[in-house]
Amino acid sequence: MLRSKAIEAIYPELEDKLVITIMGACAQELYDLGHKENFFYLQHAMGLASSIGLGVALNLPHKKVVVLDGDGSVLMNLGTLTTLARYRPNNLTHIIFDNGSLLSTGGFTSHTTSGITDLAAIAKGAGVPNVAKATTPMEFIEAVADAFEGNELSVIVAKVEAVGPDHFGMDFKLPENAFRFERYIREYVTG
Amino acid sequence: MTVSLDNSKAVYQGIKDAGIKFITALPETWLVYLLQLADEDPEMCLIEVAKEEEAVGIAAGAYFAGEPNILLMQNHGFLAAINGIVSLAMLYRVPLCMLIAHRGHMGEPYPWHTQGGIVTEPVLRALNIPFDYARDPQKVGKQIREAHTYSLSSLSPVALMLSRDLMED
Ligand SMILES: Cc1ncc(C[n+]2csc(CCOP(=O)(O)OP(=O)(O)O)c2C)c(N)n1
Repeated sequence: MLRSKAIEAIYPELEDKLVITIMGACAQELYDLGHKENFFYLQHAMGLASSIGLGVALNLPHKKVVVLDGDGSVLMNLGTLTTLARYRPNNLTHIIFDNGSLLSTGGFTSHTTSGITDLAAIAKGAGVPNVAKATTPMEFIEAVADAFEGNELSVIVAKVEAVGPDHFGMDFKLPENAFRFERYIREYVTG
Repeated sequence: MTVSLDNSKAVYQGIKDAGIKFITALPETWLVYLLQLADEDPEMCLIEVAKEEEAVGIAAGAYFAGEPNILLMQNHGFLAAINGIVSLAMLYRVPLCMLIAHRGHMGEPYPWHTQGGIVTEPVLRALNIPFDYARDPQKVGKQIREAHTYSLSSLSPVALMLSRDLMED
């Protein structure tokens, strides 16, 4: 499965949610489908996309929050799965695109490449109530639909190919993304 | 040497008076009463993390959601959180109000705290993070309010160091 296709398949569903992505390829693939003011791209600070999602979700319990994460980023902050599980906001869906690769920085293999490390098992062991694995687009779409309809903290580990965009760039500065995301929430969510 | 309950209450009152209802924290001896007070307060949401860097992300999320919040940690937790502070808070201009127990400085009997105690202020200076020391229970409430206000106006991390004078009896 290609991550770009997986994101494209759920893109219409993201319209009414708050979306936080990791850096690089993943961020670009979402951006290329069309930026929305409810998207925040964390272009550095590996591991913290899910922590941001947690902070947003706990404070806006009536808004669905989606985190688009990567295996390398999650491996850098495995504790986040335990914190998510402890506070388990039922409005948070944490999607981990596992490409077995540190793709955005030269494509080196990550610890999940060989299949030895199972992020879904780690999420389960951490105590996340709803954990799903997806290897095909159909499985992915079903798992995401299930998570969005359900009322439970969900982690979806989606096995994807280590392929990314051939270009990078966004039409705003990083702080501008933060300012606009915060303003969107103020105007359309809490306001 | 014991942790000061009275002064912990003064710090907690300062947090409340600053309008804070959301705290992200990782425990440490000097913070035990503070965390207990937060835990027992039905108006306070206390989130305990596995590692302090997570708290930077959670605090950023709370800020995006419009919730006034602070972080509570010891200086070694601050040291453990630096990439998050630099590559999220500073890079994206997200305010962070950090209350940091300053272990390992003058009077510290425990060797393991000392290197962190020695480097904390130089690291804060190197990062250009505005900081102040809280030493007086009469003044700490105002200092918390001011640190919080300043983090919001400067869109920057701000640190208030909880000193031995304040936290121990
Ligand atoms: C602390 C830190 N170390 C290293 C890097 C370099 N780096 C940039 S992207 C990346 C890989 C990200 O991997 P993953 O989260 O799996 O996403 P992918 O790029 O594979 O989509 C790395 C290691 C970094 N940004 N920050």
